Amino acid sequence: MIRLAIALLGLVALALVPLFVSEYELGLMIGMATYVALASAWALFSGQTNYISLATVAFYGTGAYTVAVLNESLPYPAVLLCAALIGAGMALLVGLSTLRLSGIYFVIFTFGLAELVRQLITWYEVSITGTLGRYIFLDLTARDIYWQMLALAAVAIGLTAWINRTRLGLALRAIGDDEVVAAHSGIHLARTKLIAFTLSATLITLVGAVASPRWVYVEPLIVFNPTVSFLTVIMALLGGANRLWGPLVGAVPLFLLFEWLSVNFPDTYPIFLGLLFIAVVFVLPNGLLAGLDDLRARFGRRGK
Amino acid sequence: MTITRRTTLRALASGVAMTMLLGANMAHSADETVKIGYAVAKTGPNATGAGITTIPNYELWVKDVNAAGGLTMPDGSKRMIEVIEYDDRSSNEDLVRAIERLATKDKVDLILPPWGTGSNLAIAPLMDRFGYPQLGVTAVTDKAPEFAARWKRSYWMLGGGHDYANGLAEVLKAAVAAGTINNKIAMVSVADGFGIDLVNGARPSFEEAGLEVVYDKTYPLGTSDFAALMAEAKDSGADSFVAFSYPPDSFGMTKTAQSMGYNPKVFYVGVGGAFPIYGKIADGKHEGVMSIGGVNAASPAIQDYFARHTESAGAPPDSWASAITYASLEMLAQSVERVGLDHEKLAQELSTGTFSTIIGDVKLEDNQLRDLWWVGQWQNGTFVAVNPADKDGAVAPVVPKPNW
Repeated sequence: MIRLAIALLGLVALALVPLFVSEYELGLMIGMATYVALASAWALFSGQTNYISLATVAFYGTGAYTVAVLNESLPYPAVLLCAALIGAGMALLVGLSTLRLSGIYFVIFTFGLAELVRQLITWYEVSITGTLGRYIFLDLTARDIYWQMLALAAVAIGLTAWINRTRLGLALRAIGDDEVVAAHSGIHLARTKLIAFTLSATLITLVGAVASPRWVYVEPLIVFNPTVSFLTVIMALLGGANRLWGPLVGAVPLFLLFEWLSVNFPDTYPIFLGLLFIAVVFVLPNGLLAGLDDLRARFGRRGK
Repeated sequence: MTITRRTTLRALASGVAMTMLLGANMAHSADETVKIGYAVAKTGPNATGAGITTIPNYELWVKDVNAAGGLTMPDGSKRMIEVIEYDDRSSNEDLVRAIERLATKDKVDLILPPWGTGSNLAIAPLMDRFGYPQLGVTAVTDKAPEFAARWKRSYWMLGGGHDYANGLAEVLKAAVAAGTINNKIAMVSVADGFGIDLVNGARPSFEEAGLEVVYDKTYPLGTSDFAALMAEAKDSGADSFVAFSYPPDSFGMTKTAQSMGYNPKVFYVGVGGAFPIYGKIADGKHEGVMSIGGVNAASPAIQDYFARHTESAGAPPDSWASAITYASLEMLAQSVERVGLDHEKLAQELSTGTFSTIIGDVKLEDNQLRDLWWVGQWQNGTFVAVNPADKDGAVAPVVPKPNW
């Protein structure tokens, strides 16, 4: 109960931030909220089941594209609803056909999915509509986008917390531990994975939809940028993908670090980035939170 | 404490962190400078274009201005330029944030635009809100009139797809009329923004010019094997081969045409055809190849610019958007000299003033540069402008192109 109260207080405080900061700082907050939402939504499925998905940008881009296509013909809330439905539909379709894959095959498939969606949209635009770029002229301020993104991040974390307490969460953890054992204890593998995958993908689609009005101009190459998928994974892994607050703990410092590096070292920052990724995997293979626990345990022993 | 892999890594990491902190503190310098900021792609898919057309010209211009003592203010005093640059990582989200940072945190006096149509559009609403003039050079769009009306301080300086297509149609029509080529055209285009824009402009304007498109194919972005495409174009019976392509494709098609002995009387490629490297790609046999853009190669100002660019960047500029990028910066400097750094006055001056630049005297029409070269051709090792034919400095096109 106290934990919930603290989380809610934090959320209220974060929602008030735009009243006090400059545009640039608000931009930073939007970026952080975006990646917290992405990493948390990603971990909702991948963190528990250990199915590493690189399809993040396939859904994220689909969300952005939905807004680009519909923003002039439908009111904004209806556009968001359409984006959520399209994301969910796509996730069901993809999930049904692929969640039987495991390990490296699943990773490769999800990576290919983003490319597949991008090429499909390109093909459609080139041969049917005869244009490629689309414009988003929506009258949304940075504050509106921030509040929507914050709400999405809160939903992603709240949903994870809730699922963790349900039978679904238990089933997901069992699948993550050992799929064969899980199947033998009566867990319906396909259905469990499909539900979590669809929830996760729908959230990611909405993140893309909410973020897109900031770009004004959208084309497949811009919205299906694979870096988004990789960043999401590394952020969730840094914090600890199987923990409730792990993705947040990973996303915030990494996002700030990228920003700081690109501000101060525009020419050399990719090198630091590469070094950092290696360091994360070597030093903190189970994530920051697990690392902190380890540290605490070690000091605890020394104290005795 | 024993030295393990883990402690070594930690030590390395903290060392790297300390170096970064030191670097950050050295970035400040004296006041009374004019702060100019830009966020351009140094990494990611846009980095190639930005690295050829945008960044070298920004650097050259800053060097030129500072070597002359700085930007001249209306009262005759001079202020040095201080540059603040960010990498947008070819991501519009990062780009938008960088512009917000430049405008509200760094509080720069002027912001130079990024590379690419999409990037320029992404920042246009922000630039408008913060009041900065936006000299969008590397954006080819038929919607420029709409954008200039929507964002009053935005300037669009590279024309639209229809302009380039009409220019090419004129060149081909004249050649057909002269009896040097038949009226058949084989046309390929890349399935991406630029290719689609141009091919959409080309289909109606070729038809209007009485030209018959006998082969019209689109290929996906990133295609690297053009043998089948070129073989079909060769068999189509067309005398003219037209490709609305990106640099890697332009280069690949040239090599493929050479190796299969495809010698159309007109060989036109898209972006990349005007790059200085093109001659090397074509193995020195680029004579007669047509492409987008062009410069008035006989102009002493352009020759001087090519020499300075070569010295500063280590390579000559491309013969399409580079000179215009540099000219846009000259316009900016002259506006500052006339009205100072006030954004409203600057925007007014850019819209209405006449400027003397390396591409000649420039005056914008409805915030757009319309006095441009649409078609160029390699002649005697230089990429000269051939269309519009009545523009000062135009050279007559050579048709048919000599065999490879």
